Amino acid sequence: MNNAITISKKKIWKLLEQVNDPEVPVLSIIDLGIVRDVKINNDEAEVIITPTYSGCPAMDMIKMNIRMALLQHGFQKIKITSILSPAWTTDWMSGHGKEKLKSFGIAPPTSKQQVCHTELFHEGEAIQCPRCNSYNTRLTSQFGSIACKAMYQCNDCKEPFDYFKCH
Amino acid sequence: MKPIQHLNHSTLQLLNYTLHLADNSLILGHRNSEWTGFGPVLEQDIAISNIALDLIGQARNFYQYAAKLINDSTNQQFNQSTTTEDTLAYLRDAHDFRNCLLVEQTNGDWAKTILRQFFFSTYQYFLYQQLQNSKDETLAAIAEKSLKEVTYHLRWSSEWVIRLGDGTEESHERMLNAIDELWIYTDELFEPADYELIAASEGYGVDISILKKDWEKKIKEIFDEATLSFPLDKKTGVRWFGKEGKHSEHLGYILAEMQFLQRAYSNSEW
Repeated sequence: MNNAITISKKKIWKLLEQVNDPEVPVLSIIDLGIVRDVKINNDEAEVIITPTYSGCPAMDMIKMNIRMALLQHGFQKIKITSILSPAWTTDWMSGHGKEKLKSFGIAPPTSKQQVCHTELFHEGEAIQCPRCNSYNTRLTSQFGSIACKAMYQCNDCKEPFDYFKCH
Repeated sequence: MKPIQHLNHSTLQLLNYTLHLADNSLILGHRNSEWTGFGPVLEQDIAISNIALDLIGQARNFYQYAAKLINDSTNQQFNQSTTTEDTLAYLRDAHDFRNCLLVEQTNGDWAKTILRQFFFSTYQYFLYQQLQNSKDETLAAIAEKSLKEVTYHLRWSSEWVIRLGDGTEESHERMLNAIDELWIYTDELFEPADYELIAASEGYGVDISILKKDWEKKIKEIFDEATLSFPLDKKTGVRWFGKEGKHSEHLGYILAEMQFLQRAYSNSEW
């Protein structure tokens, strides 16, 4: 592989670490695991991303922010491609991202992928309270303020918190 | 929108099939979004709005693909305007929509909304499981992506059917009324339109007639737990043709609200 291309790709990956998820601004899109690939086609830079949820309204803004970040650093021909398969999973979130989520007050997705299932009234694995670290918590709603989150409450410290749900 | 010309027969069938999948999701998504700000409690207002968002997201993916099929096949030298997901959603009339009648039914009370979602999510759950294996890569990818979301919808709506059915006398009564109102629209889910038959035989679509057994089994399981007794073999007695573009009066009202802005002020953005 051409050396210049390798350097450009590395530079782009580095720049993408500065692009944040507008809805969970503590996470970069690299932390979130939605950047699937970076390619250089002749003089064009291509960034391939995948949405977290089908209806994620942040995708358009994320695309714009990627374009801005690359433009500001001298890339002129930019292509942003969105792919659906393989479907995004919270397993692609970086360990560093999970730590950042927790210190931000959002319980990170549990590390073991909990397969989506239709079992009813199922509380799943115990979710740890990001404030007091207690596992004595309960689900208050499967859905939260954005598609990726569910709502929980800690039974010990009483803190209501968001859980970045397994997907 | 101008009638779609210049498409060869097999592309037209794939387009019809894709639009059918898109329209089902868009119309139910729109219906659910009518609850935003009016849900019975905050958490459930958020839940139904999230489900609306997922469905509209699925619809967008299907519409983008449909637009690509049209644009790729259209002879550009005729200088026709480009089709987009927006023109497909906002500039087609009711008879061009290929959704089933179930999804356009009015919200009614919470019980009716829940039951409509439960019937439809159960259907989508089995449909997308099969569609993941579509020979068409794009349809397969959208199904794979959507299935995880639909699984949440199915779990959520099942729990609510049980909560209401096995709840108070009034909630039980309301669930029974909802079943009475919606049952007649369930057969249409499993009666294929021509383009669905072709889609299934070509290997990019799903043979929906085989889904019925699984669907009924799931409905029965949840109804039993919800103490709702209803004869699932009850015939609906009517054949509907929503998927062929013959809709109830409700769709016109939905489109009037949804499309007004784009039709009155074309190409406006926010």
